[in-house]
Amino acid sequence: MSQAALLVLADGRFPAGGHAHSGGAEEAVKAGRVTGAADLEEFCRGRLHTTGLVSAALAAAAALGLDPLELDEAADARTPSAALRVAGRRLGRQMMRAARSAWPDPSLDQLAAARPKGAHQPVVLGLAARAAGLGARDAAYCSAYECVSGPATATVRLLSLDPFDATGVLARLAPELDLVVREAAEAAQRAVADGVDELPAASAPLLEVGAEAHAGWPARLFAS
Amino acid sequence: MHLDHSHDESTAVSADAHRPDGHRRALRIGLGGPVGSGKTATVAALCKELREELSLAVVTNDIYTREDAEFLLREAVLPPERITAVETGACPHTAIRDDISANLEAVEDLEDEIGPLDLILVESGGDNLTATFSKGLVDAQIFVIDVAGGDDIPRKGGPGVTTADLLVVNKTDLAPYVGSDLEGMAADAKAQRAELPVIFQSLRSDVGVGPVAAWARAQYAAWAASA
Repeated sequence: MSQAALLVLADGRFPAGGHAHSGGAEEAVKAGRVTGAADLEEFCRGRLHTTGLVSAALAAAAALGLDPLELDEAADARTPSAALRVAGRRLGRQMMRAARSAWPDPSLDQLAAARPKGAHQPVVLGLAARAAGLGARDAAYCSAYECVSGPATATVRLLSLDPFDATGVLARLAPELDLVVREAAEAAQRAVADGVDELPAASAPLLEVGAEAHAGWPARLFAS
Repeated sequence: MHLDHSHDESTAVSADAHRPDGHRRALRIGLGGPVGSGKTATVAALCKELREELSLAVVTNDIYTREDAEFLLREAVLPPERITAVETGACPHTAIRDDISANLEAVEDLEDEIGPLDLILVESGGDNLTATFSKGLVDAQIFVIDVAGGDDIPRKGGPGVTTADLLVVNKTDLAPYVGSDLEGMAADAKAQRAELPVIFQSLRSDVGVGPVAAWARAQYAAWAASA
């Protein structure tokens, strides 16, 4: 299998709906918590070590072949905000469509049939990585990177932030991304032996609360 | 991996003409064009004109709000369950061209929830002259411009003006007030589009949306005949 498949899956232009979501950045910008590149970096760092770690571990576990339905429940249990559960499933459904076109595989068909309105996005992402012949770490990298690149590109649009500054934020976070991916992949390995309770359950309460508020706004640029 | 594996029953892919249950899906017509050119008003008029003869639904792609969907609901052009809105993350053209997944889900959900439909109108958020719909999302597309937006738009061309299956030049009733040269617009459009049709429309006239509705009817007839 081709390692370059990782580039296809991680590409921000992979047509799986991510462009319409800000990863909480829109709410944080409106609340005044993100006003520039420095705030964005802190926002992304927090997200990476909480939501990002959980998503990366779920994706890695799916890539290792754990039962996707069990992982889907684990994702539900780790997502207190109903709005974020809806967004996660919507993105999972969109990821499923793209993945089935790119890397057709019976495992994707089975999950699509079992969750026609969408399984949680990291689970589908991990399964897609597996179908593409990629490993657990690859899946974790995709998920963790997406968790910071989404808010970064959204903030470029929301604040007219200099795109070079936003990219600089991502570059500076790269070493931490490596650490989060390692932790996620190790947790996924433990989950193979000892069950999904081994997966991390780090939470970012402000992201969850903010997502609930954002979902009620009458006017917004991003879906979440 | 099975590269020759065909997609099974649970999700149709993009442009497949049949739904997962084997029935033919609805014809999908996209409406794009600049902000304020009259896309939503045209959609509303089309719904009123065609709803007695065709089973219709609408997907709107608002840039910032649900206003277009809410306008259609307020005007009661269709029952609310037949109107759905897609959020586009500040990039309306992305949602109709580069990443059509949210719109595909919207059209599929409408067909799942309402039952067989004949025609789904997919309205883009107002955008620029390069915004066109992916062939994976719609079967035909209408590009709506208006005379008050500048009578040089047909001459400037761009993918919307040159390649749309139908170009609608809207608000012709305003031409005398804004000094737009309709004959010049028609000549420029002809030069850009060769044999592709152009309709000059005023929704305030007696004719109203009639010619565009007739075009949509012909599209549907061809779609139904090709089953």
